[in-house]
Amino acid sequence: MFWWIIKRDILLAMRRRSDVLTTLFFFVIVVSLFPLSVGPEINMLRTMAPGVVWVAALLASMLSLGRMFSGDYQDGTLEQMLLSPHSLSLLVLGKAFAHWLVSGVPLVLMAPVLGIQYDLSVDALLVLTASLLLGTPVLSLIGAIGAALTLGLRGGGVLVSLLVLPLYIPVLIFGSGAVEASAAGLGYDAHFSLLGAFFLVSLVFAPWAVASSLRISME
Amino acid sequence: MAINWFKYSSPASFYSLAGKMIPIFVIAATIFLIAGLYIGFFVAPTDFQQGEAYRIIFIHVPAAWMSMFLYVVMAFWAGIGLAFNTRLSSMVATAIAPTGAMFTFLALWTGSLWGKPMWGTWWVWDARLTSELILLFLYIGFMSLQAAIDDPRRADKAGAILALVGVINIPIIYFSVQWWNTLHQGASVSLNQSPTMATTMLWGMLIMALASWMYSIAMTLMRTRVIILERESHTAWVSELHQKEIAR
Repeated sequence: MFWWIIKRDILLAMRRRSDVLTTLFFFVIVVSLFPLSVGPEINMLRTMAPGVVWVAALLASMLSLGRMFSGDYQDGTLEQMLLSPHSLSLLVLGKAFAHWLVSGVPLVLMAPVLGIQYDLSVDALLVLTASLLLGTPVLSLIGAIGAALTLGLRGGGVLVSLLVLPLYIPVLIFGSGAVEASAAGLGYDAHFSLLGAFFLVSLVFAPWAVASSLRISME
Repeated sequence: MAINWFKYSSPASFYSLAGKMIPIFVIAATIFLIAGLYIGFFVAPTDFQQGEAYRIIFIHVPAAWMSMFLYVVMAFWAGIGLAFNTRLSSMVATAIAPTGAMFTFLALWTGSLWGKPMWGTWWVWDARLTSELILLFLYIGFMSLQAAIDDPRRADKAGAILALVGVINIPIIYFSVQWWNTLHQGASVSLNQSPTMATTMLWGMLIMALASWMYSIAMTLMRTRVIILERESHTAWVSELHQKEIAR
């Protein structure tokens, strides 16, 4: 059932490829805007890079949150999922995983290219990619809570950013912190451990919170 | 003689009880506020490092305590409302949020006023300040989520889930001083060590904290009463109350 949901969501996303690409290009554009606004000084860009890439990734993954449940909500699939005998938490986990595959993984793959724009070293690029790889699933999981809570509300898009962005902050701090630490020649194990901890905690609690939020929203 | 506590979980009896309790807490808040400010400004000695500027501590620290504590209380009542489907607890949670947001803002504001003479800047991106700012965002998120949902029951439950998720933030605030060791001074008051400040200062701060408690309780009760009236406006007891008010 878990795999079935993932397969279905990916199929749906592939049918509307432009949605996925829009998110990805939003990410690219936001990251490319910074050198234009602060000037092309390479040393400054190098120190800014982890933060800029991470903030852009946060915003990009937030943009696509609205689509996570709204399509299923409108055509009634979500109601059927709630009625199904399978555990709703597991279905939700599948949806969050599909969201990560569709919107998170492209960001992770694109990040090294954008890092080169900012003249990051190879080590820093590796750490950046790895931190995004570990951090973006957390964004999808936490974001699913916000998406479920604001389902079908007026002004849901702006509201979801208000709800979700504060919860993203710890991930942002440690994700970009890892890259900065590696650029400064310090150890970044602690950052990765904490990112991993966030991932595990959200993996355990987020599906449950999303499932109960969906039940509340669908009442 | 056992008191039936569940009697007061009905909005109607809570309404009249809260009405009787509000004056008590308002008076207590005023007395503690005057006593605390008197100790803070006239009794407490001048700090030998920070001079007179430290006196903002008497507002800053209680406000910061209350901001975190009220979030936990809010999440607690919201969680009770979610688990047991009690109307009143959710209303109390909704009523606490604005007071909590106010204290969070107050803590940030006085903190920046204190930071200017001490550290030379209004704002530093230190862990504690940042966490307090995140706390403000969480309060605002909670309030705007509830405001966006028209159905009060759904608003209560959705807010409860958000509050419970946000409660993870509270330990991060509390332990952040140990996690990132930066500019903000460590906690001066702790349970297992003797405090590093003069006793009168500590007393002033504790009394101010009590004043903030009383104020928060009074405000919460007042706001809960308003919410009860708003939501129960269709019931018989509210229209009876209304008739009485008109007759007076």
